[in-house]
Formats: sequence, structure tokens, C-alpha cells
Amino acid sequence: MKVNLIQSEYEVIRDQSRCINCRLCEKQCSNGVNYYDKKLKVMLSEEWKCVNCHRCVAVCPTHALKIVKSDHCFKTNANWSKHDITNIFRQAQTGGVLLSSMGTPKEYPVYWDKMLINASQVTNPSIDPLREPMETRTFLGKKKLDIEYDENHNIITDTKPQMELSLPVMFSAMSYGSISYNAHKALATAAQELGTFYNTGEGGLHEDFYVYGENTIVQVASGRFGVHPTYLDAGKAIEIKMGQGAKPGIGGHLPGRKITKEVSKTRMIPQGSDAISPAPHHDIYSIEDLRQLVYMLKETTNYKKPIIVKIAAVHNVGAIASGIARCGADIIAIDGFRGGTGAAPLRIRDNVGIPVELALAAVDKRLREEGIRNEVSLVVGGTIRSSADVVKAIALGADAVYIATSALIALGCHLCRSCHLGKCNWGIATQIKELEDRLDPEEGAKNLVNLISAWKREIKEMMGGMGINSIEALKGNRLMLRGIGLSEKELEILGIEHAGE
Amino acid sequence: MQKITVNHMSFKQLNNIIRDDKEDTFDLDDVHGQRYIAAGMKNKQIKIKGIPGNALGACLDEGSKITVLNNCQDATGDTMNEGEIIVYGNCGDTAGYSMRGGKILIKGSAGYRAGIHMKAYKDEKPVLVIGDRAGSFLGEYLAGGIIIVLGLNQNGKCPVGNFCGTGMHGGKIFLRSDELPKDLPKQVVTRKANEEDIESIKDIINQFCCEFTFDKNIIFNANFYVLEPNTTLPYKQHYTAI
Ligand code: SF4
Ligand code: SF4
Repeated sequence: MKVNLIQSEYEVIRDQSRCINCRLCEKQCSNGVNYYDKKLKVMLSEEWKCVNCHRCVAVCPTHALKIVKSDHCFKTNANWSKHDITNIFRQAQTGGVLLSSMGTPKEYPVYWDKMLINASQVTNPSIDPLREPMETRTFLGKKKLDIEYDENHNIITDTKPQMELSLPVMFSAMSYGSISYNAHKALATAAQELGTFYNTGEGGLHEDFYVYGENTIVQVASGRFGVHPTYLDAGKAIEIKMGQGAKPGIGGHLPGRKITKEVSKTRMIPQGSDAISPAPHHDIYSIEDLRQLVYMLKETTNYKKPIIVKIAAVHNVGAIASGIARCGADIIAIDGFRGGTGAAPLRIRDNVGIPVELALAAVDKRLREEGIRNEVSLVVGGTIRSSADVVKAIALGADAVYIATSALIALGCHLCRSCHLGKCNWGIATQIKELEDRLDPEEGAKNLVNLISAWKREIKEMMGGMGINSIEALKGNRLMLRGIGLSEKELEILGIEHAGE
Repeated sequence: MQKITVNHMSFKQLNNIIRDDKEDTFDLDDVHGQRYIAAGMKNKQIKIKGIPGNALGACLDEGSKITVLNNCQDATGDTMNEGEIIVYGNCGDTAGYSMRGGKILIKGSAGYRAGIHMKAYKDEKPVLVIGDRAGSFLGEYLAGGIIIVLGLNQNGKCPVGNFCGTGMHGGKIFLRSDELPKDLPKQVVTRKANEEDIESIKDIINQFCCEFTFDKNIIFNANFYVLEPNTTLPYKQHYTAI
């Protein structure tokens, strides 16, 4: 007798009075949930296969469908949640490491939501962004501390290589392979139109996307996939991936079945072979070794590209960032533990790392104290969900933010956290042609441009409210932030006062 | 040909000269540990006397050939794309890290982690030949290409250190030896080289013998083992999707 220990978490509710048996929900569900019962002449669902991605709901022409959380439950227990119990069932049955994707769904504090933004009243007038110029443009790279003059007393203006962003928001690394060609194309075209950057991730660069080079950050990770001199030269900046917020301390493994013909071309490994990114870079065991890689990349590209070093937000991040700033990197990217991923061991995603807000505050403070804040720009990512999060991040000390999950949601992602299954019904986290075709890159790019343009307007409004007309004046301006419901220690780490102070 | 006495010149200055000079052939004398020599460069013929520093010929590109008459330090040919690096002495650690194409021929020995994570793609097949012995972790994470260790001064003893081929999932390692490493992981399968195997490395060995004036008959008149990944038993983390 077969015993089913794991029950479905969601139920597909079909209003039979509305259902016209068009079978669209059946065709559109890559998980094979919905089917037509010929005998009963009705559509039925095998809900235990459902990942709650809303594709069927969104395409149903008569609005007959909804997905609800099942009320099937275990005996109430404050210590043992349904997840704890079912995950033990799963591992007891299979002996496997639990695998999931996207950012952690667990209830950890989101410090963005515990900080409030200031606005001017009476003394310092607010500014109306509709009437007055507002500067959201920013530059990333090393900054000179002093103004230097040449022998004719002209200011020497040659700076170290910089990235120019029309607003301090970039799309963070997602490799081709983990996401689809169309998703990459949408990100690349949107970045170009917006005057910002997208990031290749560690999968190399598809030949079709070299034309977006001016708006591209090329990544070098421990697997060094698709890395060669032409690739390094193709982007505006090079990012060394040391870590990722969703899975600090571990590498990546793109299984052979995802290495399709096209993916194989950009990763430059044979079709169907496993792409393994070891946990560490095997030539980096110290800050000195990291310096070696930073300068190797600088030498290879003749000092024309800023080098970004991306790390996961972890304990002691301040000291780590200080080391990175001293090793020649131009930009440090910090990825918080709530950041997304195409696949990560569940226990690591849910338990390793720290919130990016605390990491950012700690790093900015440490670099200032050491007098080297100008040596690097700081970019933060790992749950930037809105323009308000952007403003708070900048006020807390970031030069710019990285977004990925927000961008994918703009492309249709419903956060079903099933990217690792490779069957994304929205054509994002998949290499299956038929699913990929569901994402129209032009429409996707338009949605991204809409989203970021709307954020830009909101950022200007919030800046105007504070009486600030340039993003540079907001950078590290912690006086514009107040904590709400935070302990003394949390306020101390964030370097802000409590609301009411 | 351009002759440069390097002495205490910075690596940046040195590379600028090599990069910008119309000349393609360089004789570098008195090299004192300058790093990244010829990184990412195409069509440069460089002869080095003295000791080049870490990451010699990193990301090296097509048409380049670097000949080092002495020893090399770490990360020689890191992420090399094409071209050749010929070393008359020994190499430090991580020679050929992640190289995707081209050749590195080392007359002497190599340190830890030689040929780690080398990979092949289409007709780009990287080759690393080590004349004498290699340290531990040879060919770790090997994904493609060929590593040959000749053990020329080992009298048939195993010419590699510990953990050879750990994480190997592609490519081939040839060991000229009467014995196999004792600690090979079960994901690596071994066999004595057959005629076809030997045929496949003949050209490389011929070049090695020409470069360093060895008798190729002596080299081939010995036992070769071939190490390959076990395709029926791949390295796999066992996952349970939720
Ligand atoms: S997996 Fe998605 S498309 Fe399939 S039934 Fe569930 S919500 Fe609908
Ligand atoms: S990208 Fe696709 S599979 Fe991944 S969470 Fe979003 S909708 Fe689900």
C-alpha cells in the first residue's frame, strides 16, 4: 500500500459554473496539474503537483481559477511547523539535501521596514521635482580625495574608470542558463534604454548580447565559465563573484541537462556536461590572492574597466570589505541573505548570512573610519523591493543598489520558488523553448523600463520632500533616517537615531 | 626584436611597453618577479630570463608564445585562452588554472593544484605537460583538456601528490608511471594507456622533446596510465527538491 506522507500545500479551486473546458490551464501548466476527465466531462487538478505560480489563473479566459493555501493541517504545535515535519519526511524518504530557490521566505526582520524617511517642514523647504531639476545620476568607481592641478594650474580630471548610471539602480547577476535567453535580452535592452547596467552572471555572454556591452557588467566566478579576453573587454565593468547572499560559502552546479546548445556556447563547455563552480576560487586564499586576480583582470583589460568584487553579507563583513577596498577593487557589491537564487540548498538559503541593511551600515562605517571610503563604491542587493528601499539604502551609505527579484517580478515571476525545477511557467527560469517563448523580450523590457522609471519618479519625490536635489547629497546621509521599533544595539549598528529623536 | 632589461620596472610599465610596441618579439632580461606578464595579449613572442611573477600569461590569447628559461611562480597561464607557455624550470602552484585553450609545457615540476578546473570547448583543448612531478590536487575539478605528467626523474614511481583528480568530471590525465596514486576517488577510473591514447598525445610529446631536447623513444618506452572521470558514477550532490 502506498502511503503519501507529503500533502499538497495549495489547492486549485475551479469554479465549475465558469469553466468552459477550454483546457488552456492544462496546456499552460508545465507541472501537469490540470487535466480533462473525459468520463466526467470536467477539468480536474492533481493539486499535489502545483507550485502556486498562478500561470493557469492568469490565462483562464473566464476567471474560473484560484489557488488557495490548503487548510489541511497537522495537530497544532508551536514547536513543530508543517514545514519542519514535511521536510523530515522528505529527507527520510530520499536522503537528499533539500533544494529550493529564490530568497528565503522565512520571517527575519526586514530593516528597510523599520526605518523611516525624513521630510522638510518649514525650515528647509521641500523641492517640487516636477518644476525643478533633480539629479539622480551617479558614478561608480574610485574617487580622488584631493583636487590635483597640472603645471598650468588646470585641474587634472582623469579619474580611475567609472560607470555612469542614470539612477542608482542596476540589475544584478543572473546567468544565462539559470534564466532564459529572452529574460537576458529583456534585461539587456532595458538596461540600455534606462542608462544603467545588467550583469551577465557567471555563465558567459551570448554572442547576440555583445552589442549591449556599454550597459553590461561581465562576471568572473570560480568556474571561470565563458571567460576570455574578448568577453572581459566586452563589458563596461568586471565583477569577481566571491559570494552570493542566498548561498554564502558554497559554489554552484548547473546540471548537464540545463546546458543546452545555446547555453553551451556561452559557457564554452560541451553540451550536456555539468557546469561546476567550486565554492572558493582556488587561487584565492587571502586578500593578497584576491588582489592578484583584481590586477590580473586590470592588466588583461589595460585598466579600462572598474573591478567589482561581490561578496555575501556575513559576520565580520566590515573587516572583509576593508580588505577588499585595499586590494585594488573599485567597487564592492554586498549581497544580503534575503537575496534570490536559481537554486540553493534550503538550509543554507534560510540560515546563512546576515541582512544587507546591517552589512551596509557596518561596511560604510568601517570604511569611513579607516579613511578609505573614497577608494570604493558600495553597491547593495538582496531584497530591494521598492523605490523606498533604494532611498533608504542610499541614505545608509550605498552608492547604488542591485535588483534581481524585483526585475524578475516585472517580467512575470510569481515567486513560486521553483526555479530549480527548470520548468518556470513564466518563461524566466527555464531553457525549455516552448516555455521560454512565453516571455516576449520586448514587452519584458518595456515592463522593466516602466518599473524603473516609476521608481525614479518616486525617488525624486522623496528626495524633493527632504529638500535634497541630488542623489549625491543623499549618500550616507543617515540623518534622513529614523528607526522604528529597534533596539539600542540595532540603532547603533545602523548608525541612526530612533523616531522621535 | 625588442630587448628589454626589466630589472625593477613595474609590471604595469612592462606590460604597457609590450602591449603598445609595434614589435611582436621581445627578449626580457633580468625579470624580477613582475606579475601578469603578457596578460590577455595576442600575437606576442616573449622570451624571459630571470623569474617572472605570478599569473604569467594570464588570459593569454591567440598567436602568443612565452618561453621562460628559468622557474615560474604561481598561477602561470591562469584562464589562458590560446597560445603557448614553455617553461624550462619548475612552476609554482595552480599552473594552468581554468585554462580553456593553448599549451603549457613545463620541463621540471609543478606545485599544488596544477591544471585545476581546466576545460575544453569545441576545438579548444588545453594541454598541460609537466616533465617531472606535480604536487597535490593535480587536475582537481578537471572539466576538459589533457594533463600529462611524465615523471622523468621518478624512476617509475607515482609522479603526483595527494588528491589527484578530485572533483574531476571531464578531460584526461596521463601519468607516465608504474604505479597509480593510492588515494584516487571512486569517481576517477584508470587504465593503462592503449595505442590510441598514446597516438593522441604523440604530437604533444614530440613538441615537448623538441623544445627541451629529450629522446622521445625514452619517453614512450615506459608505462602510461590514463585517468578519466567515471561517467557511471559522477560527482553528484543528492538533492531533494521542495
Ligand atoms: S503550477 Fe501554476 S499553472 Fe500549474 S496549476 Fe499550479 S498555479 Fe496553475
Ligand atoms: S522565476 Fe519562474 S520558477 Fe522562479 S520563482 Fe519566478 S515564476 Fe517561479
